[in-house]
Amino acid sequence: MTLAEAIIARHAGRPVEAGEFVEVPVDFVLANDITAPLAIEAFRELGRDKVFDPARVALVPDHFTPNKDVRSAEQCRVVRGFAREQGLHYFEVGRGGIEHVLLPERGLVLPGEIVVGGDSHTCTYGALGAFATGMGSTDIGYTMATGRTWLRVPRTIRVELTGELPRWVMGKDLILHLIGLLGTSGANWCAFEFGGEIGALPLDDRLTAANMAVEAGATAGLFPPDNEVLGYLEGRAAREFDPVYPDPDARYAEVIEVDLGALRPLVALPHSPANVVPVDGLERTPIDQVVIGSCTNGRWRDLLVAAEVLRGRKVHPGVRCIVIPGTQELHLRAVREGLAEVFLSAGAVLSTPTCGPCLGGHMGVLGAGERCVSTTNRNFRGRMGHPESEVYLANPAVAAASAVLGRIASPEELSRREG
Amino acid sequence: MIIRGRVLLVGDDVDTDAIIPARYLVTTDPVELGRHCLEGLDPGFPGRIRPGDIIVAGKNFGCGSSREHAVLALKGAGIACVVAESFARIFFRNAVNLGFPVLECPELKGIREGDRIVVDLEKGEVTGDDGGSSWKASPLPPFILEILEAGGLIPWAKRRSHGA
Repeated sequence: MTLAEAIIARHAGRPVEAGEFVEVPVDFVLANDITAPLAIEAFRELGRDKVFDPARVALVPDHFTPNKDVRSAEQCRVVRGFAREQGLHYFEVGRGGIEHVLLPERGLVLPGEIVVGGDSHTCTYGALGAFATGMGSTDIGYTMATGRTWLRVPRTIRVELTGELPRWVMGKDLILHLIGLLGTSGANWCAFEFGGEIGALPLDDRLTAANMAVEAGATAGLFPPDNEVLGYLEGRAAREFDPVYPDPDARYAEVIEVDLGALRPLVALPHSPANVVPVDGLERTPIDQVVIGSCTNGRWRDLLVAAEVLRGRKVHPGVRCIVIPGTQELHLRAVREGLAEVFLSAGAVLSTPTCGPCLGGHMGVLGAGERCVSTTNRNFRGRMGHPESEVYLANPAVAAASAVLGRIASPEELSRREG
Repeated sequence: MIIRGRVLLVGDDVDTDAIIPARYLVTTDPVELGRHCLEGLDPGFPGRIRPGDIIVAGKNFGCGSSREHAVLALKGAGIACVVAESFARIFFRNAVNLGFPVLECPELKGIREGDRIVVDLEKGEVTGDDGGSSWKASPLPPFILEILEAGGLIPWAKRRSHGA
């Protein structure tokens, strides 16, 4: 069985095959300030008093927080009240962060588990070897009540990795490459399983790659948990866990080989994450804003790479550069280790964790005709604000270099021009 | 389950930001969400919707975020059903869970805006109102039909726990 099949089979208590419908127990369930209010309504409608296990439910206010207006404040109030009433994991502003950066950091999502979340980017936890997938609020309400869900066992697309990441190429470029190859629905009802030389990808890069699996339509994006993952979880895991690995004779729907060494920094042009081209050749594209952060690229390595590019340089006069560490812990570390100073003296804004600009919520909404290079995950029309605005998706190195030059640029070009 | 209605046409890859832009996610009221239904695709779209209309879409309808508000917006606007060449997984689940009829019909061709069609979910068939043309769709698995007929996942679960 593939990794996805093996995890589902263990939970179902019997072997499973791609395509079949199964009902399984769930190890962890989460929702955010947008999806939790509807999930809570669904939960109440079921007539239950208590969630199935409060230690296995997390509500994370991160989308429109710190509350952007009265109505988002009201939604958060509902979520906070329910979390208190039920004794759930709840991460208040100032002590939490963006759900998919935060929950791995707190050791709440673990290898071999089934995790469902009221957010499409729940697939992020596949980087830790969990079968994790996004669902809607009604599904989440049902799982909060029963601890169970139904799944259609996905077909598995194996991605065989070889080679080493070139400088300035990151997990973002691997996943953009795959989305470009398959299109936004090419992996619908499928799971990606990354294999081969996964050690060439640091864990933060794997989290980015798994995060955007859904942008190709995938149910999940999985990596087998290697020593880097097990080491990361030491002293961090909130529960005991038992990692699962694919069988050597697993049957895959498709195998895609990717030589990491041959990848270039990539950019997804408006208005689709599948509209992928190399960064080289886009030098004539002036920009108004840069966003570095989100559940896709708001982790330590992302901040480190962005700081490396911005150190001693200035954000272009025509650009607003917004840097958003994914969690309070990362924000604090950025302050302690001098990254905050790099960003602030370059003329960037350093924000408290929030999903805000990624979905056009707040903290960097675009006006008509404005163009943004963003390390986020979607560039659909109007995603970040005005329907006539444009979002270019890229890795943090490209985003930072573009912030300096005021147009889309690679970090190599930046060094060349200054050299 | 048989649904008759007037066709509103949309293209491929209609994402959830197009169905209901995130700026409206400060409410869960279907009627309010419905006033902005598909506004991200075309600001004039909500004004063209008449209750009972059927949306006919291309590939990958509902891709993007998991927001159930997308289904609520369609329901709130009075859309009776969506027929698409294919659906994004999460949207499909959400529709079923909220008892909103969806049917995958890869072969549906030649339909025009304003045509009247009949959608038979059990048979997995779409026919022109004139009885002339008909297209085979992928019939919904019994498990999914059961949830749809109950009116969604929550009523289905309640019925199941009472019946047991």
